[in-house]
Amino acid sequence: MSLIRLIQELSSGMLVTLEIFFLTLIFSLPLGLLVSFGRMSKFTPLRLVVKVYISIMRGTPLMLQLMVIYFGPYFIFKVNMSNLPTNYRFYAVIIGFVINYAAYFAEIFRGGIESIPEGQYEAAKVLGYSKAQTFFRIILLQVIKNVLPSVTNEVITLVKDTSLAFVIAVTEMFTLAKQLASAEVSMTPYIAAGVFYYVFNYVVAFIMEKCEKKLNYFKA
Amino acid sequence: MSLLEVKNLKKTFGNNEVLKDISFTVDKGEVLGIIGPSGSGKSTLLRCATNLEHQDSGTIKYNGTFGLVFQNFNLFPHYSVLKNIIDAPLVVQKRDKKEVLDKARELLKKMGLADKENAYPYQLSGGQQQRVSIARALAMNPDILFFDEPTSALDPELTGEILKVIRDLAADHMTMVIVTHEMNFARDVSDKVIFMENGVIDSYGTPDEVFARENNRVQEFIGRFGN
Repeated sequence: MSLIRLIQELSSGMLVTLEIFFLTLIFSLPLGLLVSFGRMSKFTPLRLVVKVYISIMRGTPLMLQLMVIYFGPYFIFKVNMSNLPTNYRFYAVIIGFVINYAAYFAEIFRGGIESIPEGQYEAAKVLGYSKAQTFFRIILLQVIKNVLPSVTNEVITLVKDTSLAFVIAVTEMFTLAKQLASAEVSMTPYIAAGVFYYVFNYVVAFIMEKCEKKLNYFKA
Repeated sequence: MSLLEVKNLKKTFGNNEVLKDISFTVDKGEVLGIIGPSGSGKSTLLRCATNLEHQDSGTIKYNGTFGLVFQNFNLFPHYSVLKNIIDAPLVVQKRDKKEVLDKARELLKKMGLADKENAYPYQLSGGQQQRVSIARALAMNPDILFFDEPTSALDPELTGEILKVIRDLAADHMTMVIVTHEMNFARDVSDKVIFMENGVIDSYGTPDEVFARENNRVQEFIGRFGN
């Protein structure tokens, strides 16, 4: 099979991989921030619930979580699979990735927020900033600067984790590469897949490095 | 007219009674120095007076607004010097931008930092950072300015520049409450001095009264400080 054909064959999977990647980031980053607030809440029941949620998300394989989310409606609630939306498969992947990554991001954000010195809040309070103004004007950018290296790590892991969608038969790129490899009895599709993930992550690392450089104008 | 009236202030942390029934007033144009050993409650008193800590009982009445200069400056690291000064007046007080900018530049000139408005806090020395934080507090046009040991985080050779700024403010009749370890400075600059020990006001009066030879506790404290 020519390289052009191979890329053509894989391209629909690449699109799905990119969709999983971007949808996960778009939803899990803000959700992670909310979860981190819950994790730091003074309201003990909420804090405990969030702590258990994070612990389960981090303590069990994402692959298993995807299967539970996809098959759960049938096995737990006896919902007939044919009553579910036609692309529930894809939704399940997005839901699974989002709630899993939100848990990791929440812990990263918590660390970043807790590392901001109390004096920043006190200075803002004495100057009359509201709580929301304090967070969005004074605290948030400092937190982002603090957490960027850890977030980069997670985002790079996410690129590779997208391949886990194959367990519930969402045909992202890795699924196609596997099918092609066995159909053609060839390693080439795997190598092409590897190159794709590598280039993707190279771009991710490049962009994140640019972001870090952009925030180098100040030091905490 | 008194700008600040503190009455019967009490504060306990756990079973440590930090403030035991503190009362005093600060008049317009007055400089009040608060001195005393570590753990005497003077910082807690200042934190209660500026609402950073909530007293267990007693009242604090202001006739006007206040600002606070911290020991560790607490400048916003992601804001330039100018933005540190103008942000709260613009965002919180919603004042006119041109008026605020003029005021900020005038303050920076007064602090000897006219050429630093675009610098970021990490590029400044401790003394310069503290002068920016004084400018930031003054830009809000407070009626009273509180200082929480404004020179304690500075290298000894940098304390002079901050003390000079405070002396200049005193000369301009700025109402100030200054918690400090600098005995000579407290004596020179204050109209009234409070000497605190174990959560109570041990002595209160003019510097001459509080630092008088017959005031044994204060003399002993000064002797210990070698200052």
